[in-house]
Amino acid sequence: MFPNAFEYEAPTSLDDAIRLIREHGYDAKVLAGGQSLLPMMKLRIAAPAVLIDINGIDELKGWREVDGTLRIGAMTRHAELEHARELADSFPLLSRTARWIADPLIRNRGTIGGSLAHADPGADWGAAMLAAGARIEARGPEGSRLIPVDEFFVDTFATSLNEDELVVAVHIDKPTGPVAARYMKLERKAGDFAIAALGVQVELDSNGRVAKAGIGMCACGPIPLRATKAEAALIGQPLTDETIKTVSRLVPEDADPTDDLRGSAEYKRDLLRVFASRALHEIAEELKGKVGGQ
Amino acid sequence: MKIRVKVNGRWYESDVEPRTLLAYWLREDLKLTGTHIGCDTTSCGACTVLLDGKAVKSCTVLAVQANGREVMTVEGLERNGQLHPLQSAFWECHALQCGYCTPGMLMASYALLQENPNPTEEEIREGLSGNICRCTGYMNIVKAVQTAARKMSGESQEALEEVAANGASAD
Ligand SMILES: Cc1cc2nc3c(=O)[nH]c(=O)nc-3n(C[C@H](O)[C@H](O)[C@H](O)COP(=O)(O)OP(=O)(O)OC[C@H]3O[C@@H](n4cnc5c(N)ncnc54)[C@H](O)[C@@H]3O)c2cc1C
Ligand code: FES
Ligand code: FES
Repeated sequence: MFPNAFEYEAPTSLDDAIRLIREHGYDAKVLAGGQSLLPMMKLRIAAPAVLIDINGIDELKGWREVDGTLRIGAMTRHAELEHARELADSFPLLSRTARWIADPLIRNRGTIGGSLAHADPGADWGAAMLAAGARIEARGPEGSRLIPVDEFFVDTFATSLNEDELVVAVHIDKPTGPVAARYMKLERKAGDFAIAALGVQVELDSNGRVAKAGIGMCACGPIPLRATKAEAALIGQPLTDETIKTVSRLVPEDADPTDDLRGSAEYKRDLLRVFASRALHEIAEELKGKVGGQ
Repeated sequence: MKIRVKVNGRWYESDVEPRTLLAYWLREDLKLTGTHIGCDTTSCGACTVLLDGKAVKSCTVLAVQANGREVMTVEGLERNGQLHPLQSAFWECHALQCGYCTPGMLMASYALLQENPNPTEEEIREGLSGNICRCTGYMNIVKAVQTAARKMSGESQEALEEVAANGASAD
């Protein structure tokens, strides 16, 4: 199988890429890791006349921390985040999520920016970025803007990016208190998209109570969803068995799963409850003794 | 479009259509047919090659994206007529039946051992989880990778034969 013929552009600067996107408009598609786009082009679901390959743009690669915020370049591959030991302490959700995406070969190519822009409701980064409270940096001819992740996903395969905008980075604030996170996912077979998946991040205050909580879900609605009620119920509480039980039951209330090949809606809701409970128990265990003392 | 790619240590120049996929370029233009195409939908890993040292599915990379870069295919494993330790381990452990998945398994295993020379069984299974084998049930593939890891770290022949016969202990 091979795609329709297209014109290939490989800009080496962001400015050139944006100029090309503007010039070609609807006829063009951006090529990041290609792990969603190329399969779609081979099946002729997508047939762009111009392909703008952004793999050669150094400005989009790697990450750095500035003033308490981590800025991850859009072209950072899933595998790089999976293996980034230096990010594990402050940004535990990154590696914990990345290792669940597809398989190691796809993770060597696929990028965080490409995954978010593609906006597959089953994409693991969507759930994780909700839990981490990320902002998406978009850049177009008019300059840059930061889009809170809650406003980024609009519908299945649709985002609030303008037609001439690129995802250039993802911003995540560095937690100030003790933090722990879990990513939980059930798949039908190794490397598959989720039946349902859940990312949880919890930050404690100096009294061991929850200061910040993020819970994101994917494959349970038209877009990745936030478990708002459960998050609210966590704030200000210690992570006791009682709290965890109450909160876990609230998680499915914000989910909107459908019956499909992967399972029934009811099954997925229950999965989310079980995942939330397991994740929070593990987080409570990990954070024990980390309050005050560090 | 003109491209120049280093494949198994040798530079090749070629004029390709941008839509040509790396797997097809390797097979049809360079006649390096060791790289197999199984599913052609990014699922099976039969087409696995190394691109700048990273294992990728070559049915899902454009040949033009390899321009100026280095590719290693299964043909690049053998040195001076000598099988690579992974290849001989696959042979000794009977890690293949029809052999269709084998080039991809070998390249994914090669990349795994480059990054982690002494993987656990679980790490091997995770490392090869993008490669599907319809014949073997994976047991002997895992055994072969364990055997190769030991060969490559220079263990005695006796210990190796032991592993080939009985599988590695869970140390
Ligand atoms: C077999 C298989 C299994 C998979 N399993 C999973 C899984 O379990 N979980 C999961 O989350 N994902 C999974 N994926 C998807 C994978 O993670 C992709 O890498 C990801 O969805 C897309 O990222 P990419 O960098 O490859 O983007 P591409 O395929 O290059 O692009 C995807 C889309 O986003 C656009 N785009 C890319 N980058 C940008 C940018 N910077 N700005 C604006 N638009 C952009 C492109 O134009 C295109 O429309 C799987 C894929 C396959 C083939
Ligand atoms: S042929 Fe490339 S993954 Fe199956
Ligand atoms: S040996 Fe036949 S597919 Fe693996």
